[in-house]
Amino acid sequence: MFVYGGLAAILLASVFPLYWSFVVASKDNSALGEATPPLVPGGNLFANIARVFDTVDFWAAVQNSLIVAGSVTVSNVLLSSLAGFAFARLRFRGRNTLFLVVVGTAMVPTQLGVIPLYLMMAELDWYGQLQAVIFPALVSALGVFLMRQACEEAVPPELVEAARMDGCSVLSTFWHVGLPAIRPQAAVLAMLTFMTAWNDFFWPLIVLDPNDSPTVQVAVSTLASGHFTDYALMLAGTSIGVLPVIALFLLLARQVVGGIMQGAVKG
Amino acid sequence: MFSRWDIRITPYLLIAPFFLVFGVFGLFPLLYTAWVSLHDWQLADGNQGFVGFDNYAALLADPLFYNALFNTVSLFLISTVPQLLAALGLAALLDRSLKAKTLWRAGILLPNVVSVVAVALVFTQIFDRDFGMVNWLLGLVGVDRIDWQAGVFSSHVAVSAMVMWRWTGYNALLYLAAMQSVPREQYEAAELDGASRWRAFWSITVPSIRPTILYTVVVSTIAGLQLFVEPALFDPKGTAGVGGSDRQYQTLTMYLYEKGFRVFDAGYASAIAWMLFVVVLVFALANFMVTRRSVRDS
Repeated sequence: MFVYGGLAAILLASVFPLYWSFVVASKDNSALGEATPPLVPGGNLFANIARVFDTVDFWAAVQNSLIVAGSVTVSNVLLSSLAGFAFARLRFRGRNTLFLVVVGTAMVPTQLGVIPLYLMMAELDWYGQLQAVIFPALVSALGVFLMRQACEEAVPPELVEAARMDGCSVLSTFWHVGLPAIRPQAAVLAMLTFMTAWNDFFWPLIVLDPNDSPTVQVAVSTLASGHFTDYALMLAGTSIGVLPVIALFLLLARQVVGGIMQGAVKG
Repeated sequence: MFSRWDIRITPYLLIAPFFLVFGVFGLFPLLYTAWVSLHDWQLADGNQGFVGFDNYAALLADPLFYNALFNTVSLFLISTVPQLLAALGLAALLDRSLKAKTLWRAGILLPNVVSVVAVALVFTQIFDRDFGMVNWLLGLVGVDRIDWQAGVFSSHVAVSAMVMWRWTGYNALLYLAAMQSVPREQYEAAELDGASRWRAFWSITVPSIRPTILYTVVVSTIAGLQLFVEPALFDPKGTAGVGGSDRQYQTLTMYLYEKGFRVFDAGYASAIAWMLFVVVLVFALANFMVTRRSVRDS
């Protein structure tokens, strides 16, 4: 009983800030000044959301985020699966060392290279363009790690061997034997990648033009600027910005939890 | 002929994209930062000439650098140490036969799937001096309103609250995953020996998940010392902020951002980046050693 009570309290603490953001988003700003904070949603949600769309070009931001997160997801799942398949089921020299290098790269603080990365993008004339955000995220160490693990678990070595005997090329072996077997894990990776890309902020803030080509996160953050803090507006933007990710998460919660816990059990 | 080539070369082609992307957009810029830091380099006008270690000399004489360094370390300590301990406790709570497992696990993971921008903005409201939930709750027990942004310590507490909220559940799931592979017989044996639950936790569970603890300590160190979004947005003036009126919560990454993308001094910003890199390295190693020593091997 004590355990469930504790867990329920923690669950409440996890959910409350999100609920609260929704409550503030549905209020008139003056309601926040009341002596007791309002715990029940008010009737201004749609008015505040409309104000968000008036203040920033939110549709463009949603479109940009969808393009970025969509392309990054497709690319990361495909490239990570290919690499994971190679690491798990193909034999080549330096395989183990190279895999360790992949895992090690996850610990490199690449964010600190942001100045030259920006200079590079400026040189390419990619400032303010979505590909500047897409290219650095095309494939990830976590993706390769998870897909290697997925192939180890789900792709029978005998089937790979048999396909080779039948004269299948490596690629068609991957396509016909590897990929179908790891579809569930690939879906989890897709989901994790999509969320990460959708939520990314530091690099898009730097390389995209906040007035011209922002992603959702950059657009939402501009709602917070200005001398007067308009909490209802700010949190209305926040609420619609988190909605797609929360919806996806609720739909696939079990798989996402599984994916993250799998990433943890490493050798 | 083709098939031999296929067997030998294709594996490398399959893993090449990762190394290419990491090399071009990750490793190369990081290393190139060192080169830029040795120049008077303006973001828009480009390289203005080699200046040796001038940027570093200026940095080491810059009080704002030490201020940011202090804030970075302070925020890291306040947010990471309690967070990992809380995650450990939470994982222990979840590591038993529970009903509705997925509900609890998904519930604690929820804060982590929400964007960090959203977290920062919601918590800025929650810690608002006049309309915030925290001050209202404190008011119920007779504590006066706190202007959270104003003080060094109070602002660090508020920012740390965001970090903790976002990461405790995630780390708890990593610990839980490791705990579940601890053989149950070990606990049964300990119970037969009359060991308390508490005792069993510290002498069986914690040593068994040592690799995961070391992993989270190192990863949290690396990420925690590069903290940017939470403090940057904990500011009514938004992303233009420099971490409060007296920079009381400006971190090193924020200072790097300010110098690089507000003042456009790429050379100086690169020097900050490289110093931060050293700080990250030193702390990651130190924390690794300290943790390895204090958590006994099984």
